[in-house]
Formats: sequence, structure tokens, C-alpha cells
Amino acid sequence: MLPLILEQTLNGLQYGLMLFLLAAGLTLVFGIMDLINLAHGSLYMIGAFIAAALFQQFQNFYLAVVLSILLTALLGALLERVLYRRLQTMSHLSQVLATFALILVANESIKIAFGGQPLSIELPASLSGTVNLMGEDLQYPLYRLLIIAVGLAVAIGLYVLVNKTRMGMWLRAGTSDRVMAATMGIRIQPLFTFIFALGAGLCALAGALLGPLLAVSVGMGEAILIPAFEVIVIGGIGSMRGALVGALLVGMIDSLGRLAMTGLLKSFAVSGAATLGATLASMLVSLLMVAVLFFRPSGLFPARD
Amino acid sequence: MFKKLTLAACFSTLVTGAFAADSVKVGMMTTLSGPGASLGIDIRDGFNLAMKHLNKKLGGLAAEIIVADDAQNPETAKQISERFIKKDKVDIATGIVFSNIMLAVGPAFFGAETFYISANAGPSQYAGAQCNPWFFNVAWQNDNLHEAMGKYMQDKGIKKAVLLAPNYPGGNDAISGVKLYYKGVVAEEIRTKMGQMDYAAEIAQIRADNAEALYIFLPGGMGVNFLKQYAQSGLMKKTPVFAPGFSADEDTVRGVGPAMEGVYNTSHWYREMENPVNKKFVADFQKEYGRLPTLFASQGYDAALLMDAAIKQAGGKLENKAALRKALETVKAPSTRGDYSFGPNHYPVQSYYLREVVKNADGTVGNKYVGKVADRLVDAYVSQCKMQ
Repeated sequence: MLPLILEQTLNGLQYGLMLFLLAAGLTLVFGIMDLINLAHGSLYMIGAFIAAALFQQFQNFYLAVVLSILLTALLGALLERVLYRRLQTMSHLSQVLATFALILVANESIKIAFGGQPLSIELPASLSGTVNLMGEDLQYPLYRLLIIAVGLAVAIGLYVLVNKTRMGMWLRAGTSDRVMAATMGIRIQPLFTFIFALGAGLCALAGALLGPLLAVSVGMGEAILIPAFEVIVIGGIGSMRGALVGALLVGMIDSLGRLAMTGLLKSFAVSGAATLGATLASMLVSLLMVAVLFFRPSGLFPARD
Repeated sequence: MFKKLTLAACFSTLVTGAFAADSVKVGMMTTLSGPGASLGIDIRDGFNLAMKHLNKKLGGLAAEIIVADDAQNPETAKQISERFIKKDKVDIATGIVFSNIMLAVGPAFFGAETFYISANAGPSQYAGAQCNPWFFNVAWQNDNLHEAMGKYMQDKGIKKAVLLAPNYPGGNDAISGVKLYYKGVVAEEIRTKMGQMDYAAEIAQIRADNAEALYIFLPGGMGVNFLKQYAQSGLMKKTPVFAPGFSADEDTVRGVGPAMEGVYNTSHWYREMENPVNKKFVADFQKEYGRLPTLFASQGYDAALLMDAAIKQAGGKLENKAALRKALETVKAPSTRGDYSFGPNHYPVQSYYLREVVKNADGTVGNKYVGKVADRLVDAYVSQCKMQ
């Protein structure tokens, strides 16, 4: 039992950290620019597709990941300059409509460029093995450990960026009160472009890293967008710390919940434990969100009080 | 001026109306976007290839094919089927991939007395109590491929297996299909979320179960995700994967890559089949689309061949629905899988084969024929069908 629980904990950590990469960008954009960006998931999909295409071209995994981050960040900056800057002054409804349209445009463009069939990214041989963590009992994929390491590194990097640098001070000031920050002389427009590029780059990092684990396919963005929104609602919109805690909570509940629910039902000898357990486990995250919204409507770590 | 235009419009309607008898309209609604898109794309491409081979004619009538994307969404599918029936007035409909969509739109087609030739979805309902004259399935009943694999696992003497399928009606059919023939111990039955991406939690459970075999049914992108992760977990050798053909065909292989080597799967069709129809289909499919065909593509192709043969036998008279139905039931249509016939519930009676994903001499990975598993398998629901 212990190896199973440990393995599920690692799985939860890994899933949570990947969610954090998406939620971090989403929460910054939402918190600072007061902009709902439904197309955030599309940037993740685009990042994954760029990585897959580059991988098929050069057969080099690392190069594909790095280039995909840079290119997607560039695309994010470009989108901010031509589209999001105009949306910012509009109502939330207009933002939702425009960014939803952007999802459709992104999906169709990808389909035209790459076709509807999923692409694959193969791991270099050096990353594709397993590691023995508890002797023979727990062989864990090396690559998932690497994802955990990268996720933690990014979390620490973002913490330093937000809390220890001048840029971070501007970010925090912008989140607390955008107008006041601008009045105090913070050049808010370049800051927005930077935030967008950063968010897009993090999306691409998640997309490219998950490429070898998941099918790189049209529609992958929408599938991850909903958990990412759940994360920022749970954590508190605009808060980086909230995004991290929320992402880890969602990741852990998702992976340990499935194990616990089925196990619990089985121990009570409920018939159809597998079906019922799966159904209940998939509700757990939503239940958590409902509870958070009920008791702390502005999330666990609200950015503005 | 306006009067003249109206008059012209009236005439043009009359003219097209007069020509309608010499042509046939086929409504192809399938899944072309979302995680299940690769299935629909292959059905469409297989169908289109057959149309090319038939010189854009079905049974001698000029054919118009109207393609629409249901996006794997029953609501969208309902709107499209309404359009097919009321506006386009299609003679025959085909293309649906997923059974839940088939069940949502089936009644509308049957109510309008429009023939539906399913090139994939084969729900148990339409094979059993709800069987009806307007529905034909050219592929299989949903459970068949699972049953065939259950039989193979049983014949092979597997004692302990884990079964995994998504938590929806098709997944339940899959598990019951396997268990109909496989009588060994089921160490665990795992149900996953529809559209789930990460399977680390399930893989951990499978590792703990220490079984001899893992049976999976995960269509489309879900299968790609699972197999990629399963291969990386190093379990492929310890607990090998058994699957129905639709979780392990070339579309999945393309997504997963070389890690898929060693996956066993069952299908009613395999690429190396020795018959002239199949040879032409496989060669031209590769030439036309630059990729290997899947069983889905063969089903789309066979659906067109069935329509062609049946309309020909009915003498091209689409308005005589009784004659067309008789033709569909009895015609010996050419097919990529060779011989098959319809049972009384309009589902095929045919053989099933085992395939294995292997590494070819040129380094590519693909399915290879292993042997026959079941001879002329009849589905489990036919006895409940009282065909009108």
C-alpha cells in the first residue's frame, strides 16, 4: 500500500505543478489586467504543436522545448499588442466572446497547418527510463520526476520574480490598484506585454513538457483550461501563492482522490465500486471549489483585500 | 423584376426536382474535431476514396456527399441531422463515430424513413430490442471486438487481468464484452473519466495489481495518452496490453510512436488481407493521403461499397424503399474484409482477427496480422431483435 500512496503523491505533485504553469499566467493576466483570457489554453496547445513540429524537424527534444517557449512567448506578446490591449477596456462579456473566438481560430488554424491527427514527441533515450525509488516496489518514470523538478524550479523562480525584484514590485502594485500604480509612474503597458509573453511562455513550457506524455491534438487546450480556472478560483484570483497552493491541492485531490474513493467503496463492498468511485472522484475538485466559494468567496489567498 | 426572379426561381426548383431521381444524396455526419477526430477523419477519407474509385457514382446514380462535423457533441449532431432530413433531404446518412451520438439522432432518421448505414457506431440497443428496418451497421456491434479479445485472452490461458475503460455506456459494453468470454480472475476494473489526459494514478494501481494482462478500451486521444504513459512506466513487458482494434490502430500508433510495440489487438479487418478490393484500397489510400489506413478508413470505404451495390441491385429506384431495404439486406457487396453478411438485426456476421504492433524491417512501427480469433461471430443481442 505504501508504494502506491507514494506513487500517487508524486503523480499529484506532477499534475499540480503542470497546472500551476498554466494557472500562473492566467492569474497574472486576470489579476493585473482584469482580463478574462479563455484562449490561454490555446497558447498551451500552440506551444505543444510548435514543440512537436520542431521535434519532428530536428529530432532534438531540448531544442524543441526551448524554441517552442520562445516562439510562443513572442506570439503572446504579439497578441497582447494587437488584440488584448484593445480588449482590456471592454466589458468582461466582450472579452469572453473575443477570446472564445480566438480558441476557434486557433483550433482551425492548427487543423489547417498540421491536420486533425495527433502528433507525437519522443523522449530522448536518456530520459525515458524508470527510477527505482523503493527498491523494486516503486519504479517511477524518470521523465515525470524531471517534470516535477522543472515545475518546482519555475515556482521558485516566479516567487523570486514577484517578491524580490523591482519588476515583481510593479506587478504587485499593478494587481493591488492598476490606476494608482500607473499614476505613481509605473509604465504599465510594457509590463502588460511582458506578463503576456511570460504567461504564453509558461503555457508553452507545460505543453512541450507534457507532449511526450499526452496526445498533442486539437482541443487539448480546452481540456486543461477548466482545471486551470478551478485552480485560480480556489487559490484566489491574481495571487501567485494562491495559484501554487490551488494547483497542488487540485493535483493531489485528483490523483489521491481516485485511489481513495474506489478503495473506500470497495471496503464497504459496494457493487459497481469502480464506476461509482470514478464518478465521485471526478466530482471532488468541483466540490472543493464550491466549498471555497461558499466559505471564502475571494479564494484562499486573495490578492486584493 | 421581382416577379421575373420568382418565376425563374420556381423554374430552377422544378428543373432540379426533375433531375433528383437520377442522383443520390448522402449525408455524412462524423466527428472531425476534438479528441475523437482522427476516427471521423479516417471514415470520411475512406468513404471519399471509395467515391473516387466509383467515379462519384453510387449504383449508377450521380452522388452528392454532404460532409458535416458533429464535434462529438449530441446537440450539434441533432441540429445537423435535422438539416440533413428537412433541408438537404438526404437519401442515405452515414458517418457517426460515437454510439451516444448515434442514439441521440437515430430516431429522427428512422422517423423520416431515411436509411442509416453506420460505418462505426454499433450500439447494443439497435442490435437488440430497438432494432429497426432503417438502420444497418457495416462495421460491427460495439461488443464484438471486445468479445473477440476476451476469447483470445481466455484461449491463451491468462489467469489474472486488469480491465480499464472510460466511464460511459460504450466503456461498460466493452468490459461486459470481454467478460463474456474471458473467465480468469479480474484483479481490478478501472473506470476513467471521459476525455481524461493523465493516467498516472491508474498506472500506479495496475502496477500494484501485478496482473498477467491489461485490457484497455480507450478510443481516440485517450488511448494515445494512456499508451504513451504506460510505455514510459516500464510496465509494457510485465503486464502486456490487449485492446480492441479501435484503441490500437495506425492513428494511435502515429500518436504514441515506437513505444507501442507489443500491443495486441483484435479487428474484423487487417491491412495485409489478401483480396483485390483490400489491396486496391490500401495502396490507393496511402497514395491519396500519405498515411496508412486504419480499420475506420476500411469501414468508411465498405459503407460506400455497400450503398453502391445495394442501389445497383434495387435498379437505382431510391423512392422504392422496400426494394432498397431488401437489396441492402441481401446484396453481396464487395468489401475490404472479404466476406460478410447481415444478421436479422442488420449487423454484420463476420470473422475477427488478432493483430500485433511490431517494429518493421525499415524501423517503422505498425500492426501485423497474427491469426484468426473467431469465425463468423454473431453479436449477443440478436435474439432480442424482432425486426419489423
